[in-house]
Amino acid sequence: MNLKISALEFVQEVKNGNISAEDFVAKTLERIQSVDDKLHAFLSVNEEAVVKAREIDKKVKSGDKVGACFGMPISIKDNMCIKDSKTTCASKMLENFVAPYDATVITKLKEQDAIFIGKVNLDEFAMGLTTEFSAFGPSKNPWNTDYVPGGSSGGSAVSVSSFECITSLGSDTGGSVRNPASFCSIVGYKPTYGLISRYGLISYSNSIEQIGPLTRTVKDTAFMLNIISGLDVNDNTTRDNKNEDYLSEIDSGIDGKKIGIIQEMVGDGIDPAVLSATKDAIAKLESLGAVCEEVSLDMVKYSVAAYYTITATEAGSNLARYDNLRYGYDFSVEGYEFNSYISKARKNFGPEVIRRMIIGGFVPSAGQAGKYFLKAMKVKSKLTKEVDEVFKKYDLLIAPTVPILPFKIGEKIDDPVSLFQIDINTVTANLTGKPAISVPFVISNGLPIGIQLLADTMQDKLLLQAAYALEQTVTLPEVPI
Amino acid sequence: MTKIGLEIHCQLTNLESKLFCSCKANYRDFKINENICPICMGLPGTLPRLNQEAVKKATIIAMALNCTTPDKIAFFRKNYFYPDLPKNFQITQLNIYGDTSIGGTGSIMVGEKKINITRIQLEEDPGRLIYEGSSSKNLITLVDYNRAGTPLVEIVTEPDFEGPKQVRDFVNILSDLLENLGVSDPGLDGAMRIDANVSIEGGKKVEIKNIGSFHDLEKAIHFEITRQESLHSRDISIIQETRHWDDKRKITVSSRSKEEDLDYRYFLEGDIPWVRIDPKTKAELKLKMPESISTKKERYVSKFNITPQVATVLSSDKFYSDLFEKSHTESNAKEIANIITTDLMGLVDTREKREESKITGTHLKDLADSIQSGKISRISAKNALYEIVKTGKDLSKVILELDLGNVSDESTILKIIQEVISDEPQAVEQAKSNPQTINYLVGKVMQKTKGKADPKLTLDLLKKQIG
Repeated sequence: MNLKISALEFVQEVKNGNISAEDFVAKTLERIQSVDDKLHAFLSVNEEAVVKAREIDKKVKSGDKVGACFGMPISIKDNMCIKDSKTTCASKMLENFVAPYDATVITKLKEQDAIFIGKVNLDEFAMGLTTEFSAFGPSKNPWNTDYVPGGSSGGSAVSVSSFECITSLGSDTGGSVRNPASFCSIVGYKPTYGLISRYGLISYSNSIEQIGPLTRTVKDTAFMLNIISGLDVNDNTTRDNKNEDYLSEIDSGIDGKKIGIIQEMVGDGIDPAVLSATKDAIAKLESLGAVCEEVSLDMVKYSVAAYYTITATEAGSNLARYDNLRYGYDFSVEGYEFNSYISKARKNFGPEVIRRMIIGGFVPSAGQAGKYFLKAMKVKSKLTKEVDEVFKKYDLLIAPTVPILPFKIGEKIDDPVSLFQIDINTVTANLTGKPAISVPFVISNGLPIGIQLLADTMQDKLLLQAAYALEQTVTLPEVPI
Repeated sequence: MTKIGLEIHCQLTNLESKLFCSCKANYRDFKINENICPICMGLPGTLPRLNQEAVKKATIIAMALNCTTPDKIAFFRKNYFYPDLPKNFQITQLNIYGDTSIGGTGSIMVGEKKINITRIQLEEDPGRLIYEGSSSKNLITLVDYNRAGTPLVEIVTEPDFEGPKQVRDFVNILSDLLENLGVSDPGLDGAMRIDANVSIEGGKKVEIKNIGSFHDLEKAIHFEITRQESLHSRDISIIQETRHWDDKRKITVSSRSKEEDLDYRYFLEGDIPWVRIDPKTKAELKLKMPESISTKKERYVSKFNITPQVATVLSSDKFYSDLFEKSHTESNAKEIANIITTDLMGLVDTREKREESKITGTHLKDLADSIQSGKISRISAKNALYEIVKTGKDLSKVILELDLGNVSDESTILKIIQEVISDEPQAVEQAKSNPQTINYLVGKVMQKTKGKADPKLTLDLLKKQIG
């Protein structure tokens, strides 16, 4: 059984009866059994998966209508709710939280006969970019298990890149899908804000984050988008994409397209290997007929500061509900009054969450808001204006996904500010609501480098076409796990 | 000068569902914690789903209070920790970053006094706290989330009131107005909750919370003014604070909480995009707005010649005016207005009695018509009304069962007249010289017939008999 096939290949094989979903899922579970001790991508594995796959095989055999996924095993970042299963956010705070409802993306995938093979690791409440801040221990990069896999959707990226599932759903608040995709050499997608319903995604910074697929091919991302995108009554911020088919015309090419190279993302602090990879990527795009020019986005230099100010503010509010009164972990209220109880209960948050919540209590507070939060909002709106202007002239923007190569576990964990700076290339898409994708491009000294493309609002289809074109120019070695 | 301002929280009780989910807005009929769902419980991952009907209803309120209505509204988060608040923030509105609240400045008249409205905001109600245990040692706080997420409008006034009576008049007018608009039933327990800000000349502003009724509102303000004046007269400065109304002791008590130091860290609620209320929608809403109480009153006076006093009572109460609208015709309107204001109001003077009452517009129409055609007397009508309110039976049936029909048989009445004439020789003599006193004899006939003798016929016959 070849577990390395893409989602589209899997669907075709099951449809044609060449393989059974049950076999594939069983083998996938075995794979998890054998490699996940080393990788720690999974927080929980779905024991019912094989039974579910068997049902789908039955439907295929009897000629019944089968959903588009045909029993494809998917891993889900553990900050999305699946009814009756644990959703921990990799936090002690929600260690025993069992979701009583399905996230919209889960409902849609269930309708299409996807199989949730397990819930995967993340930085606690998606706050981090290495997966080291998981309360249940870090995930490891399958290219070199001494290295971080990126984050916060580290479990998603690891599980997809090491064949423990075919695709995964992560969430991207400031690069949390693209960053681990880049570090693990797979495709990571952050759609236009509002393209995918967030209902059931546990909020970290709700005004800028999106659910996004992590896949091994660009086409698989388009396939996933076809299933999970679109209006949702349960999320007032969703947009109508009129059932866009992201797979059709994906091979349209990029001949004549104008691409801006974001200067602020290839300057100071960039690793030479990353810079040279970016230059190669630009050369390849040009050889396909694209016109690449340097563009400058002045506000990018403030973007990380604005990003952390806004996300901390929203996180401080979004995570306030975890007072352990209505759900949470076992801790009796007996003998406490309300305020002392919640301050005690909230000690179960991990260090990174606490750090951001303290910032989140400060930056929007009376007397400080003008200096921090409101200023950050101003940067956000100026940056958006700048990017909107650029997209009047250019179809796409390009930059490396992450300015540096994957680093060793523990290497930067005590230096939060330098960790924050790594987000410099990814947060712009979140602050402006634009779609962005990380395409695996090269392995440099055994460590992956991804290239990022951005497009204008609701130009997701164009973005996928460009990403597909770039993907066709590269051949990558197989993951050594 | 005494200055009083109000913050009125009014639930939109007539809505079907809560502000951000499909649980019932009418939470009152549920068992504890049964009118809840993942959204109003603020479970991880849930998002608010704005009830568009609530936006419409709140806009109507803003219009009725002559407030400006912006073309775009936004929601904000008010962050604070409290056990009745499932998300530990409340989704509300405010105007600090531009006029984004559902209603801007407006005003209404209380008699000759203009009361200015600062703003109106649409927000969610928290859950309800229930305290158990007798002393602070074994005090237990229980939370019922059935109310959490119920649509609420907060109406904030300028400190325009000069005294408690004016406040009371205002809230009565406001309560009638909200009921007349069909947006709320202010009589429901907890549907209208009011905080008052009171300050006297030279003193700081004191906020009084936890006032349970309109009656207590007047008392609380009265108490607070007296308290502040007493401090002032002894040269003790009045500090800015929040006080609670203690409805057992009928005094205000300092909350001693740090409530006024709270920093709510307001910021935009990103989960609810700005809501457009375009001029077309506003025009449509305005068109569909029910007739205002004052226009209704004017119409009653000018069209039906009802006295202004009766018209005021009738128009300001939705229960009565609805009954009136359902029953009146050109010819019987005045009669019906009289039945309602003189007889019916005494019979259904509490909420419970109204709810139990079986009276319909048809009943009132039948009653008025029967009085006008002489089928029953006013006294009998009153007895019939009592029975109808209780049983809901048709008037014709009630007349039969209780034998209330007028005696209009000449020979029967004549017999009784003759009895009266022989019983009252003095009165008869008097009536001969002074025809106005004949009413005394009519009254005697009525007494003997238990009010059932046709009054017009009785008078005619009496006149003939006496000559």
